[in-house]
Amino acid sequence: MTFRPEHELHTRRRGRNVGVGLLLGGFVVLVLALTVAKVTSGDFELPKAEELSQ
Amino acid sequence: MADASYTSTPQDYDTQLGDYFALMKPRVMSLVVFTALVGLLAAPVAVNPVVAFCSILFIAIGAGASGALNMWWDADIDGVMQRTAKRPIPSGRVPAGEALSLGIALSGLSVMMLGLAANLLAAALLAFTIFFYAVIYSMWLKRATPQNIVIGGAAGAFPPVIGWVVATGSASLEAWLMFALIFMWTPPHFWALALFMKSDYNDADVPMLTVTHGRKVTRLHILGYTGLLALLAVGTGLSAVGGPLYLAVAVIFNALFLKGAVEIWCRDEVQAEADGYAVEKKVFRLSLWYLFAHFGAILIEAMMRPFGLGGW
Repeated sequence: MTFRPEHELHTRRRGRNVGVGLLLGGFVVLVLALTVAKVTSGDFELPKAEELSQ
Repeated sequence: MADASYTSTPQDYDTQLGDYFALMKPRVMSLVVFTALVGLLAAPVAVNPVVAFCSILFIAIGAGASGALNMWWDADIDGVMQRTAKRPIPSGRVPAGEALSLGIALSGLSVMMLGLAANLLAAALLAFTIFFYAVIYSMWLKRATPQNIVIGGAAGAFPPVIGWVVATGSASLEAWLMFALIFMWTPPHFWALALFMKSDYNDADVPMLTVTHGRKVTRLHILGYTGLLALLAVGTGLSAVGGPLYLAVAVIFNALFLKGAVEIWCRDEVQAEADGYAVEKKVFRLSLWYLFAHFGAILIEAMMRPFGLGGW
């Protein structure tokens, strides 16, 4: 099995693609941090078991 | 699809990440970040640091999105103005369609995420700000009336209000005083620029006051707005976001700004051309420091409050 040689376009756009990847990774981390901050802030309460069963 | 179908020559829109970032007007974004942060920290309600960071980031992304939409719409006139000819679209680094897509996508993302991170009112204000800048100012006012800068300045004035709303959930008098400070500061700031970027707005047929009413009238308007701004800025010093430090800063900077505005008013074009618009350029630079100093003073007053200092 042979791999196709990398296209010149991929080489040219490597910086841009890596940048977009890092930005998306950063966004995931940000959403996670925001979720943790919201859930642990005290404003957030899980519904009680009896409310769920009704 | 084969890779060959994507083939493009290197000079055809070899857009880099930095070009997309430039579309978002990073210098305007830095001002937005600063004023929104001051609005958030000056508010009387503490905000979780992660929520505060995310909120400021999404406000900045919203501002950047409106910048991209502005560049998409204004690409034709940006190309003929010396000051803006090197922007990503007129210089051929980003296709106009991509700027539009980026602007719309980031607008939606920023508003949605601010709503989730902070509250719906902050998100609604951010959405309105983007709409105001991209549609009301860029698409309508900018090419229609010499009052473009006056009314359009509202778009740049919203960030501290949004920051305040992130913290408190509502916009009180102090938030609107910060809004008014930027709103009144914008016309003299841009008219000073228009005086020394003389041919740009003429070349682009943008009806700036300098083009429609002449330069003498513009000089008078700078003086009038600076006088009103001084009253407002010093008056803000007596409000809950003010304090002794802010008041001292406001008195000093407004005295300097008024002095500059009077100097601009007393000059004519012959004098201005003789010294290369030195006074106009000086007042423009001062106006940048002016805004930074006022909001910096509000921030310091807010920072000192927990220690029993700051404020009245």
